[in-house]
Amino acid sequence: MIRDPKDLQRYTPQERANHWVVGISFILLALSGLAFFHPAFYPLTYLFGGGTWARILHPYIGVFMAFFFVLMFLRFRKLNAMTKTDKEWLSRIGEMVDGDDHNMPEQGKYNGGQKAMFWASVVCMVLLVVSGVLIWRAQFSPPLELVRFGAVVHAVAGAAMIALIMIHVYAAIWVKGTIRAMWYGTVTRAWAKQHHRAWYREMTGK
Amino acid sequence: MALQSLDIKQRSATTTPAPSVRKTAEVAKLIDVSACIGCKACQAACMEWNDIRDEVGINYGVYDNPVDLTAKSWTVMRFAEVEEKGRLEWLIRKDGCMHCGDPGCLKACPAPGAIVQYANGIVDFHEENCIGCGYCVTGCPFNIPRISKEDSKAYKCTLCSDRVAVGQAPACAKACPTGAIQFGSKEDMKDYAAKRIGDLKERGFDKAGLYDPAGVGGTHVLYVLHHADRPQLYNGLPADPGISPLVSLWKGMAKPLASLALGAVALGSLFHYVMKGPNEVSKETEKEVEKEGSQ
Ligand code: HEM
Ligand code: SF4
Ligand code: SF4
Repeated sequence: MIRDPKDLQRYTPQERANHWVVGISFILLALSGLAFFHPAFYPLTYLFGGGTWARILHPYIGVFMAFFFVLMFLRFRKLNAMTKTDKEWLSRIGEMVDGDDHNMPEQGKYNGGQKAMFWASVVCMVLLVVSGVLIWRAQFSPPLELVRFGAVVHAVAGAAMIALIMIHVYAAIWVKGTIRAMWYGTVTRAWAKQHHRAWYREMTGK
Repeated sequence: MALQSLDIKQRSATTTPAPSVRKTAEVAKLIDVSACIGCKACQAACMEWNDIRDEVGINYGVYDNPVDLTAKSWTVMRFAEVEEKGRLEWLIRKDGCMHCGDPGCLKACPAPGAIVQYANGIVDFHEENCIGCGYCVTGCPFNIPRISKEDSKAYKCTLCSDRVAVGQAPACAKACPTGAIQFGSKEDMKDYAAKRIGDLKERGFDKAGLYDPAGVGGTHVLYVLHHADRPQLYNGLPADPGISPLVSLWKGMAKPLASLALGAVALGSLFHYVMKGPNEVSKETEKEVEKEGSQ
């Protein structure tokens, strides 16, 4: 959808679809995973048709997500290479959180925070997939001590990734004009200039 | 399997007290390995009372039959041939759930009420609440629970909780022809064991002793061993079993703390929004961009 011919294209339809597939799988995994994580969350299993269904579905959704996560990783990995400016941006993230981003270093398509988020999710995802397979009793039976190790890693990486994604989602809500990038792929020029000035220049030549 | 409901000491994945008005004495099954002849009457009695028939398997060239515990074989005689002081010793141990005082299976189970521990010490699986995740297998220091291939539920010895609830001894204890399996209050079983151990010591087994490992809070299945100093001789009975530190880490305080941290991230975000306000494109930038566009 084109709201304003001057808007800048930030994501292709394929990129958006890929992101939503990963996002939806993640939500299903987080809800079913948390259900086993602590009794306080056990009622979440009802969303999946009961405890046994949640147990059956979770690992399959995990494998599904892993596949689309790899595709998304391949799409975005180059754009997320860390630069010196990113590190400077990160070292001054306090100003950003404080709501005053006027003096922050100029950012390209992604800022240091987004890139850090990207790499942290990659690490969590790798840990979750490997440990998830180790604790998948219905399919595999590795040595017990390895399963125990897998259970610890899976729980830690799962909780870490849920925290990361909550921050990711909140950042998108907080920075007005961002969420539309994932709905219809475009952002306003003013949004780009304010938040990603180097990218704005690259796209507009101004 | 569930029958009793008024004397529950612990219930898996439950953070409030379980029904516990009725107090019952701690029970124990004493297995006197030195008196066992390996006839497997207990295995047959277990199948019969619980009315479960395992598939007929194959012979692996040893007496162990079936060769391992299964979802349908809750107790198995394990035969070990050991040479001691130049003499062959045939050590036959009846394997099965130890009914731990501090059960790793119960600690690991994520399904509320799928595993309970009664005040009498019996650890029982309630298969109707089981979701088949296999965490109990991960948690058990004795490698006991088995997940059924047919219904994906976890099964193991119930210590005949249904018989014990109505004042009967477990089926295996009833069937044993040599009296190697005794059942009663844990105190009485310890006294009985002390006599047997005294006997064995007189007969030259100076390391005879009781297996009631403290690392799992004591057990409600006790062994009298001729070589209590080396339980590993008895087909790898662990010398000092305990819940793995990895399992304690996985199921310990870290989880409630992590859950609180996740809640804090969610609430923190909300309050950040409320207190700092949204990060909007400034009017200034909007004007700049408009000017650039009209040039
Ligand atoms: C290929 C990917 C994955 C596989 C194979 C997998 C597999 C599993 C398995 C087998 C379990 C045990 C419960 C069950 O049997 O269903 C589990 C639990 C869990 N999963 Fe995953 N999972 C994967 C991805 C994820 C992801 C992306 C998350 C992120 C939120 C996640 C979060 C959790 C959590 C929090 C638990 C509970 C851990 C605990 O009980 O301590 N999983 N997973
Ligand atoms: S398999 Fe059943 S009994 Fe074992 S931990 Fe999972 S829910 Fe509990
Ligand atoms: S031996 Fe294993 S299954 Fe039996 S009570 Fe102990 S931890 Fe649970």
